[in-house]
Amino acid sequence: MGAGHAHRLYRHGHSPVHALPPHTKLAAVFAFVVVVVSTPREAMWAFALYAVLLAFVAYHARVPAGFLLKRLLIEVPFVTFAVLMPFVAEGERVDVLGLSLSVSGLWGAWNVLAKGTLGVAASVLLASTTELRELLLGLQRLKLPPLLVQIASFMIRYGDVITGEMRRMRIARESRGFEAKGVRHWGVLAKSAGALFIRSYERGERVHLAMVSRGYAGSMPVIDEVTASRAEWSSALALPFAALVVCLLGWTL
Amino acid sequence: MHVPDGFIDAPTSAVTGVVAAGAVAVSLRGARRELDERTAPLAGLVAAFIFAVQMLNFPVAAGTSGHLLGGALAAILVGPCTGVLCVSVVLLMQGILFADGGLTALGVNITDMAIVTTVVAYAVFRALVKVLPRKRRSVTVASFVAALVSVPAAAVAFTLIYAIGGTTDVSLGKVATAMVGVHVLIGIGEAVITALTVGAVVAVRPDLVYGARDLQQRLKLRVNGELVDAPAAQPVPVTARSHRKLWITGLVTSLVLAGFVSFYASADPDGLEKVAHDKGIDKKAEEHAAADSPLADYGVKDVSDARLSGGLAGVIGVGVTVVAGSAVFWAVRRRRDQDVSPANTGV
Repeated sequence: MGAGHAHRLYRHGHSPVHALPPHTKLAAVFAFVVVVVSTPREAMWAFALYAVLLAFVAYHARVPAGFLLKRLLIEVPFVTFAVLMPFVAEGERVDVLGLSLSVSGLWGAWNVLAKGTLGVAASVLLASTTELRELLLGLQRLKLPPLLVQIASFMIRYGDVITGEMRRMRIARESRGFEAKGVRHWGVLAKSAGALFIRSYERGERVHLAMVSRGYAGSMPVIDEVTASRAEWSSALALPFAALVVCLLGWTL
Repeated sequence: MHVPDGFIDAPTSAVTGVVAAGAVAVSLRGARRELDERTAPLAGLVAAFIFAVQMLNFPVAAGTSGHLLGGALAAILVGPCTGVLCVSVVLLMQGILFADGGLTALGVNITDMAIVTTVVAYAVFRALVKVLPRKRRSVTVASFVAALVSVPAAAVAFTLIYAIGGTTDVSLGKVATAMVGVHVLIGIGEAVITALTVGAVVAVRPDLVYGARDLQQRLKLRVNGELVDAPAAQPVPVTARSHRKLWITGLVTSLVLAGFVSFYASADPDGLEKVAHDKGIDKKAEEHAAADSPLADYGVKDVSDARLSGGLAGVIGVGVTVVAGSAVFWAVRRRRDQDVSPANTGV
């Protein structure tokens, strides 16, 4: 638990994007992704404009391009899937560099790649400019059930603790000469997982008792209520509105 | 298996979002019943556990490794409602924080990976625990089968969603074969690990395993050298128990029925799928050009088509019935909660 309290996805800064209230950012990102998904895939230029919009936001948030691109790597599994698509899809086929590819498959691959990448980039921007606790407050502010927000906050709060516990168990195994090589060693790993569950559950019981002894009665007190002014809302929603204009243009042109 | 944005079209994403929200709302109430006021910290810690255990890699052979999905494990260890909640929260946080799975696809992801996996796993688990002898070993066996079924069931649910709102026109037969084929393999790994993990927990703290609550031995006292049952310390809430038993029995019966009925009713779709398959097979040569991708595993195709699509139809029936069963369950619970109002009797 020696690490700082900000998660490693967050990039500390004092930009205008960092300063926006979390729920406006959440709403903006969500609306943006919805707009992107409902854009017709034939309007290729629209996706380029979306990328420009996101780059504009990233520039104002002072998130470097390298950081953003590195985090985009999370979608690699789906890129492989998209690359496969022109080979397996139905419909008429075109020859590209000696390979027979399906036209609709190419469109499908483009669709998934463009929309998926924009969605991931928007989420990455959100996570790197918003602190975890703020994000949870924002979710609560957006009327997510309080119990769900509490569960999420406990998961976030203890995620590192449980992961650390798992890491210590791994170090303990390895320092005794254990090396998981194949299916034969699943038993050992599964016992570790079982032990991890018991430790997590018992920690949960202790946490609950500690909370009860401090006056917990089913709901967490909200001490730092976040509010957003009209100006903050409008600057946050500028992104989805610009995207909406692009989307409408994409449908009409 | 995290679906990104743009893979499923907007209307279908919206509908699955509504389904997911409804199921999470039901689970929130159900989790309160499973864990009472300890819900927040315990479910949160279990969600953290699921999150961590998904990072635990299990080496398969020579370099490749898999990890646990955790739906079945959560359902068996902490109960179906809490399980749905925990996996949903994990998915939500993965979507928002790690950009793993699209935000608009959150409904698809939760419906698919949190709800279908957990509910199917728990239904199968309960049914087996009822049938098998009351021993610890049968808990392990039941969790093996539950996890084995749950992963392909999620793949089938995904195929269904894809059939309704997929944005690419890869033929349905191909998607189904690839998804179900790959996930049958994944399911075997998931099953082994889940069973071993549940077995490890049952061996140490059987009281923590929600699915094995009925198996607790009654406390015995040795009085004058003879074993007698200790007087029951706390009265068991009989009504709640019988309600749940009723629900589960009914659900499982309908699952089995639906599986068989749709198995027999699917003669025509069978033919259709066969055509799709035959078409797909002659393109196989090209696919092998990209054979090093995870989806290229078409080896399961050697299973005869009729059996595959028959089983597929069965599991689709199971999925539909699970939804219907949950709706009935919800209606019954609503009636029980506000039994004062007679308006709710006409379900």
